Amino acid sequence: MSANTEVLNINKLKRRTPLTDTNLLLIITVTVFITMYLSAIIFLGKGFTKPQMFYNILNENASLLVLSCGMTLVMITGGIDISVGQVTCLVCMASAVFLNNNSILGIMPEGHAVVVSMLIALGIGLAFGIIQGLLVAYLEFQPFIVTLAGMFFAKGMTTIICSDRVNIDNKVNSAFHDLSSTEVSIPFIGSYNKAGEFVPATAEVGVVVGLAVVVILFILLRWTKLGRNFYAVGGNNQSANMLGINVKLTKFLAHVLCGLCAGIGGYLFFLHARSGSPLHATGAEMNAIASSIIGGTMLSGGVGNIFGTLCGVLSLSTIKNIVTSLGLEDPWWTNITVAIMLCIFLLVQSVISVILARKKKNKK
Amino acid sequence: MEQGTVLEMRGICKYFPGVRALEQVDFTLREGEIHALMGENGAGKSTLIKVLTGVYPKDAGAIYLAGVDGQVHIKSPQDAQNNGIATVYQEITLCPNLTVAENMYIGRTRSALTNWQKMNSDAGKLLDELGIPAHPKQQLGNCSIAVQQMVAIARAVDMECKVLILDEPTSSLDEQEVQKLFGLMRDLKKKGVGIIFVTHFLEQVYEVCDRITVLRDGQLVGEYIIEDLPRVQLVSKMLGKDFDDMADIKSDSDTDNIDYSSTPVYEAIGLTGTTGIKPFDFRIHKGEVNGFTGLLGSGRSESVRAIFGADRVTRGRVMIDGRPVKIRKPLDAMKHGISYLPEDRKRDGIVGDLSVRDNIILALQVMKGFFKPFSRAQAEQFADEYIKLLNIKTASSETPIKSLSGGNQQKVILARWLLANPVYLILDEPTRGIDVGTKVEIQKLVLKLAAEGKSVTFISSEIDEMIRTCSRLVVMRDGKVVGELKGEDLNQNKIMATIAGGES
Amino acid sequence: MTTPEPRLKTGRSGKRLLEKFGLTQLIIPFVALLFLVLLNLFVDPSFFKIALEKSSTGYYILSGNLISIIDNGSELAILAIGMTLVTSASGGQDISVGSAIAIAGSIVLRVIKGLSPSISGGELAVYLIFAFVLCVVASALFGAFNGSLVAFFKIQPMVATLILFTAGRSIAAWINNNENISITDDRFKYFGNFLPGIPVPTPVFISAVCMIVIALVLKFTNLRLYSQAVGINASSSRLNGINPKMIKLLSFIILGVCVAVCGFIKVSRTASITYAVIANNIEMDAILAVALGGNNLGGGKFNMTASIIGAYVIQFLTTTLFKLKVSSSAISAYKAVVVIFLIILSAPVVRKWLGDLKNKHIASRAKVKKEGV
Repeated sequence: MSANTEVLNINKLKRRTPLTDTNLLLIITVTVFITMYLSAIIFLGKGFTKPQMFYNILNENASLLVLSCGMTLVMITGGIDISVGQVTCLVCMASAVFLNNNSILGIMPEGHAVVVSMLIALGIGLAFGIIQGLLVAYLEFQPFIVTLAGMFFAKGMTTIICSDRVNIDNKVNSAFHDLSSTEVSIPFIGSYNKAGEFVPATAEVGVVVGLAVVVILFILLRWTKLGRNFYAVGGNNQSANMLGINVKLTKFLAHVLCGLCAGIGGYLFFLHARSGSPLHATGAEMNAIASSIIGGTMLSGGVGNIFGTLCGVLSLSTIKNIVTSLGLEDPWWTNITVAIMLCIFLLVQSVISVILARKKKNKK
Repeated sequence: MEQGTVLEMRGICKYFPGVRALEQVDFTLREGEIHALMGENGAGKSTLIKVLTGVYPKDAGAIYLAGVDGQVHIKSPQDAQNNGIATVYQEITLCPNLTVAENMYIGRTRSALTNWQKMNSDAGKLLDELGIPAHPKQQLGNCSIAVQQMVAIARAVDMECKVLILDEPTSSLDEQEVQKLFGLMRDLKKKGVGIIFVTHFLEQVYEVCDRITVLRDGQLVGEYIIEDLPRVQLVSKMLGKDFDDMADIKSDSDTDNIDYSSTPVYEAIGLTGTTGIKPFDFRIHKGEVNGFTGLLGSGRSESVRAIFGADRVTRGRVMIDGRPVKIRKPLDAMKHGISYLPEDRKRDGIVGDLSVRDNIILALQVMKGFFKPFSRAQAEQFADEYIKLLNIKTASSETPIKSLSGGNQQKVILARWLLANPVYLILDEPTRGIDVGTKVEIQKLVLKLAAEGKSVTFISSEIDEMIRTCSRLVVMRDGKVVGELKGEDLNQNKIMATIAGGES
Repeated sequence: MTTPEPRLKTGRSGKRLLEKFGLTQLIIPFVALLFLVLLNLFVDPSFFKIALEKSSTGYYILSGNLISIIDNGSELAILAIGMTLVTSASGGQDISVGSAIAIAGSIVLRVIKGLSPSISGGELAVYLIFAFVLCVVASALFGAFNGSLVAFFKIQPMVATLILFTAGRSIAAWINNNENISITDDRFKYFGNFLPGIPVPTPVFISAVCMIVIALVLKFTNLRLYSQAVGINASSSRLNGINPKMIKLLSFIILGVCVAVCGFIKVSRTASITYAVIANNIEMDAILAVALGGNNLGGGKFNMTASIIGAYVIQFLTTTLFKLKVSSSAISAYKAVVVIFLIILSAPVVRKWLGDLKNKHIASRAKVKKEGV
């Protein structure tokens, strides 16, 4: 008799769809994004119904998207990296100065120079990732202090390389210019113009790279051992160790990948801005952190999703657009908006974790 | 190694700075047996388990496993897993943010990719087989603690281990869940797995175990077949007192002076909190020394914490000198003249980096108020007075408390609460982990305080200490008050029988 | 084996003497200072020249690098006071101080400009007091905002303050509609420069007042005991009747007040504000000052004097780098290296490793001696 009821209980459990914390936050994120987008359509008119608008948002934010993805990885392991913004700035400056250097163009053709500049960007990102990863994972420093120092180091290095704006125009390197102005058209997606012709939506190269990074990292987090180890380490350090996971290596790799993302994101910023300047990407670290958090990544680690981060970036950009078109065009409003969003989501997370903890205690 | 033995530990020693955690301990586990490892707090059970699972390196001794020639060197939890030693700890060592299935397989798979479908179906099969009511795709943190514990066991079972260690797995399970766990253990036993079962629930030991090894103070007391060791004998082995040795020293304090008809100094009715204790009534009179006793986890510490307001109190009325009062936080209790020396000295007692002086004056200072600091000279005078009074061995009152020995740290905390001049003093395990000389000093002090008219609650794992100092004992089991002993009943046999419960 | 003992004893008693005066912690900043002084002596001895010159306003004022160090170091020293308390109680740092200074400065300018289109006579004093009070209240509120995120919502201090870190300068710009306000009345400049007839810069006096105030607070309240206890062991302090949340909140509010004073000095120096640049990178300097003072960045015991001295040493470093022709914005890279170096030295892993190394060294020396005997 009792055996029967037990089986029944198990079956009942199986019919109910289980909801993980990650999925719960993802649902919130997607809801937030849809609400944002709908209100954008209402407030800003029809422009937002066209697919091209969607790509315009992505064009503007391809770099941020990649930075946020890297940030999400680190945050899932329970860390944080606030150096990404200034690393982006450094990457732009280094690449710009490199491409602007006439003597280099004497050595190699323009196309090669562009490739080398990409390698420089990735190298800088990786270097920051590796050093910060070593300090955080193996010497057990607070990630915040380490990456704060990294941030100021990158800031200083940028101005040491050059303290002014460096523009890359057609005359300097036409290969770079071609690359940065290449627009990829997307088949079957587009809108009809006034004459009734089909105009395919187009996106910059950066968007393609950004979306590729999203897909790759999504696969990494979902289906690879390393990705799942990120979650385990963020969920509970000591348990992960007891379960036979190399916690230090996992944390280290998260920082390296984040550094790499900062390198890629930096180059995308460079492609979009076609210049290097000490003022580039100021506040990008906060935008990246905010996107991750809005995207459902828990600051305490162990919970997060790259798809959520994508939604987070889109939500953030949409709300920025809304704020601007509400007449609050002054530049500071965006920053304040982002800060308010970040604050709200931090509070929501804090409250959620308190509720979850209380629920668990009661179950006990 | 004998035939049929799966694990043998010989002469294991483990030392921590200033502490002898294990001294020449032997342990043998045979194929298909459930072997209980028993002992009170600090007896060395956990240390032995941690040595076996590679969390601590051993200082001396050898470990042999069936099927392996010569000694086995276990350096990490991973190593232990590879050697077929699976462990389920008291605290859940799984990741609450992952799914049930993931928790069962993470860290064990070789391939770089995760095959979710296969993993979920494998996990589902195993969960069904073991009758664990969890869905493979469910997030572990959303399961009850009991189910989480069982998932940990499922993980261990799936590793096809030869040795399965269950370190107090039942402390958070209810009766039904315990029965399910026992069913599982019996199945594994039939398959020839050797199970080490660490617990402090005596009934459970007698229900499933075949053999008992008792440790005390880091030393081996002995290995017994379950039929040969009646319950009361086991308790006496654990506590280090022979059962018949009941002609013990009775408290030399004069307990007749206590006027039980007077208004109690402190009285609680139906007090309960969030920490899992059942509502209890309690009163203490002027000049009385009372004790809470029971095995570890019986709720004795949780009860006194509720009295002091250290954890959230959800229900109950409290009266001090007959006047109803509200005690919501520690400061309330302190202002009503209650002092509390916590069980975990390191976590809740000392403020490690601060000087002995600051640690002594802390409580009185807080009571006096934020804007009224003691002058340096005044603080120094207090500190010196109590350092002398309690004979605290410290280089100076400037020395950080963390560099003192355990016993002297405890005396500093005692000094802190004596300086606060309480009416009612709660001492939770004040004698744990300190040397014998200090233990005696503290007991004498308790009696002296009572003679001066203070009320004291004294908690200790050592029963003879309690008998010597207390005039009344509240006995607890499983979060419930199960008896109150005083006068004639206050003897070793009676106490042990009440603690053990059931037929003695 | 017996011979080393007496030597050890003297070493210990010497150390005890230092401990008695709380001086052991001062060794790090003083060694750093010594290093900087020697470096400057070597590069250019004229670095230390102090002159009494007639300024453009017609009064005699002191000038020279040393004067500029104690002058420009004032804000940092004041910030170090608050940062030390926050570090001690919350175990983290506030990285929003630079932005918060921008807000404070912006408020001061807004109030003075807004209230007095044409300032005349003694009214300025009233406006100044009003502006200052308003700026203190606002900064304390921002501090309380950070503090409550940390204390009640249990968000790591650095993440919580990240919000204001990025939004702060924008808020500052918003307060004044991004206008470049400048106050023409010279008297407003007194607080950031020189009072007529007094050769020592005013910020020196202001920071001295702040130090005296904090010294009195530490003497006549239990702030030190409470925040140290909370920082070392929050659970234990709660059982001793302290409310850890309130202490954390209080430390952030005190830092807010310090920020207000800094903001006031900063805008008074130039009588104007550049929102993106004012107090740039000062959060890094303040954290560095606390670390250089030998305080544990993880919270707990603190030494206020060491932090303040640390702040001046940082300013010394900045001025030295300036003299070595390092551009102002590149300085942060050098300081970042110093931070990394300092935290590596203070890391538990490294300390343990160094300790083991020392023990091994002593052991091997003892062994050699034994073998020699």
